[in-house]
Amino acid sequence: MSLSATTAPPSRGAPSKHAQPRRRRGYSRFTRLDMKYSPYLYVAPFFVLFGIFGLYPMLWTLWMSLHDWDLVGTHTFIGLDNYSTLLGDEYFWNAVRNTFGMFILATVPQLALALFLANLLNRPLLRARTFFRMAIFVPNVVSVAAVAIVFGMLFQRDFGVINWFLGIFGVDAIDWRQERWTSWVAISTMVDWRWTGYNTLILLAGMQAIPRDLYEAAAMDGAGPWRQFWTVTLPMLRPTFVFVVILSTIGGLQLFVEPLIFANGNVIGGAQREFQTVQMYMFENSIHNLSKAGYGAAVAWALFLMIVVVSMLNFVITRRSVK
Amino acid sequence: MSVSTRRRYAAVALATVAALATTAACGDDSEGGSSSSAKPDKLVVDTFGEAGYEDLVKQYEQQTGIKVELRKVAQLNEFRPRVVRSLATGKGAADVIMLEEGILNEFKLNPNNWVDLAPLVGDLSKDYLSWKYELGKAPDGRLMGLPTDVGSLGICYRTDLFKAANLPTARDEVSALWPTWEKFIETGQKYKQASGKAFVDSATMAVNGVMFQQKGADLFYDKENNNIADKSPAVKSAWDQAIALADAGITAKITTWSPEWNAGFKQGTFAATACPSWMLGIVETNSGPENSGKWDLAAVPGGAGNWGGSWLGVPTQSKHQAEAAKLAAFLTNTAGQVAAFKKSGPLPTNLKALEDPSFTSFTNKYFSDAPTGKIFGESVKEIVPTHLGPKHQAIKENAMEPALRAYETGQTTKEKAWEQFTKDAATQGAF
Repeated sequence: MSLSATTAPPSRGAPSKHAQPRRRRGYSRFTRLDMKYSPYLYVAPFFVLFGIFGLYPMLWTLWMSLHDWDLVGTHTFIGLDNYSTLLGDEYFWNAVRNTFGMFILATVPQLALALFLANLLNRPLLRARTFFRMAIFVPNVVSVAAVAIVFGMLFQRDFGVINWFLGIFGVDAIDWRQERWTSWVAISTMVDWRWTGYNTLILLAGMQAIPRDLYEAAAMDGAGPWRQFWTVTLPMLRPTFVFVVILSTIGGLQLFVEPLIFANGNVIGGAQREFQTVQMYMFENSIHNLSKAGYGAAVAWALFLMIVVVSMLNFVITRRSVK
Repeated sequence: MSVSTRRRYAAVALATVAALATTAACGDDSEGGSSSSAKPDKLVVDTFGEAGYEDLVKQYEQQTGIKVELRKVAQLNEFRPRVVRSLATGKGAADVIMLEEGILNEFKLNPNNWVDLAPLVGDLSKDYLSWKYELGKAPDGRLMGLPTDVGSLGICYRTDLFKAANLPTARDEVSALWPTWEKFIETGQKYKQASGKAFVDSATMAVNGVMFQQKGADLFYDKENNNIADKSPAVKSAWDQAIALADAGITAKITTWSPEWNAGFKQGTFAATACPSWMLGIVETNSGPENSGKWDLAAVPGGAGNWGGSWLGVPTQSKHQAEAAKLAAFLTNTAGQVAAFKKSGPLPTNLKALEDPSFTSFTNKYFSDAPTGKIFGESVKEIVPTHLGPKHQAIKENAMEPALRAYETGQTTKEKAWEQFTKDAATQGAF
């Protein structure tokens, strides 16, 4: 603060004796304010937007969840009734099971593949590295809906390419939408196709941050690429890897568009709710069943809490691994 | 192609707003009945399915100088959430909205969202089928919607596939094959033996037809709108009929509106399907120009019925209520309904339109020149509407059809399917 006052250039000309100190004092006050509050101004846009589009709807949803809320009619306060109903709701738990099932089915192979690809792309000797690094990101640029539509076609029972391909090996046509496991596989494939490249790039960035001399030292000790990957890359990559896991958790638990389009737009997701996710169940209650919007809001908050808990778990694991 | 893509884009649109819609559903309902006197620049019309309004809208634009934006969604279960969202948030609703019978009943619970059309368009009660006009009224007496079409029933069938299976192909002979649903199943079994392929798309498709043939009966609700889905005789008999269809093994087990279903029309996965008149446009779009003249239309087994049909309503949030009401009247007047019918098949409810020579003499080129005007025009008079309650659509789509499908595809037993249906019907129907 005083720094700016002392380093201010001496003003040229002949200022009046009174004017100069006053101006300097004004300048420094402004600077002080600037130093103190500008940072807040710089970060404000995010927080203002978050407040409007993030926090406010969240709190509003919480408020709704405490009501018997008809979306186009009346609202009655009922306290935590919606939440206690939720705990005994078979379909809610079915949706939770589906969501976590598809999350695991999609995330585990996805991260393994991403790790493998990142390691390949990290090789110094690879030609046209930039091309491959960019190409791997392309699926993520394609809209979710387009992915879901195309994969929906691929996984058709009667005329789908996948069934045609399996048919070559004598496998009977699979009705992908009718069984829990087959529908999960189909939906997880969509998720993987879209997000593997994205995670690969994050992991690649993490790999690049690992000091080269570690590898040189390892090489001098006679470690081959495989050994280097296990003993140098993987341990050093742990924080990045956990970050990727958290991102995938948040995304995976909010799975919605893929299964919805896979179900031809029906929110119950399969004849026996084989792939109805929590988001779809929320949608079924709040939008589809107008009079149960409060219950839908409770589902939304339950989902939010689940994501928080799972992310916290991941966070705890990170801290431990970093230490 | 266009239907399926449009429908999927609709699904996407629906999907993307989902999170916002639940949280931001805090609309202020302070919207008054302000109908501005100034002529609007543009009116927006929301329809689903194939309403056939494209040419009409152009006419209207020329006559009035008011632009009309036609927003189409192919499938009802993606159309409805949009309407709900705009009603709930008080924003984004079209000026004229097509209300299908299933969802009209639901919206009747809160009629304040809809403009009373009667004072704006005058007394049109003599112009329409009287029962249809009356159903457009809310319990408080306001006219929520002007009648567009009814869904008189028929069976669409592929003549080329029938011929290959040594079945008759002329529509009168085909109609004679199945006076009852039992005979329909027998015919299906003959077809399957000869061709090795499925006869109809699904059991749920047929059950819809059966359900709406229960003249005047209560389906999922009684007249006081109590949920009686689990004990309604009409529902039970439709259910049994669907089970019989599934047991006969003549269905292709295809979910209606799925990609398999869309492709099935082109590929001949099935040879027949239940066809309320509004379905003609959908069959045509899905089968594509290459199958023109291969489809024909026969009578439905078991006599007349009415599946579907809509009204045009104006939401109170419209800023141009008077003009919107006039546009709705224009689209549902005699000339409008005849034109829509010729374009996409929705069957007129306007009495003069039903008498109009250009309607009665209309033959549908795509359906082997079937005299659809005559066939459907005559069946309209026999329609006795079934009673639909507030959550009819939700119970049908999210409880009954999935349970039947689970049985049809062998995932569950008869008893368990019924259990699933009654349980879901009770929760879907809670209000």
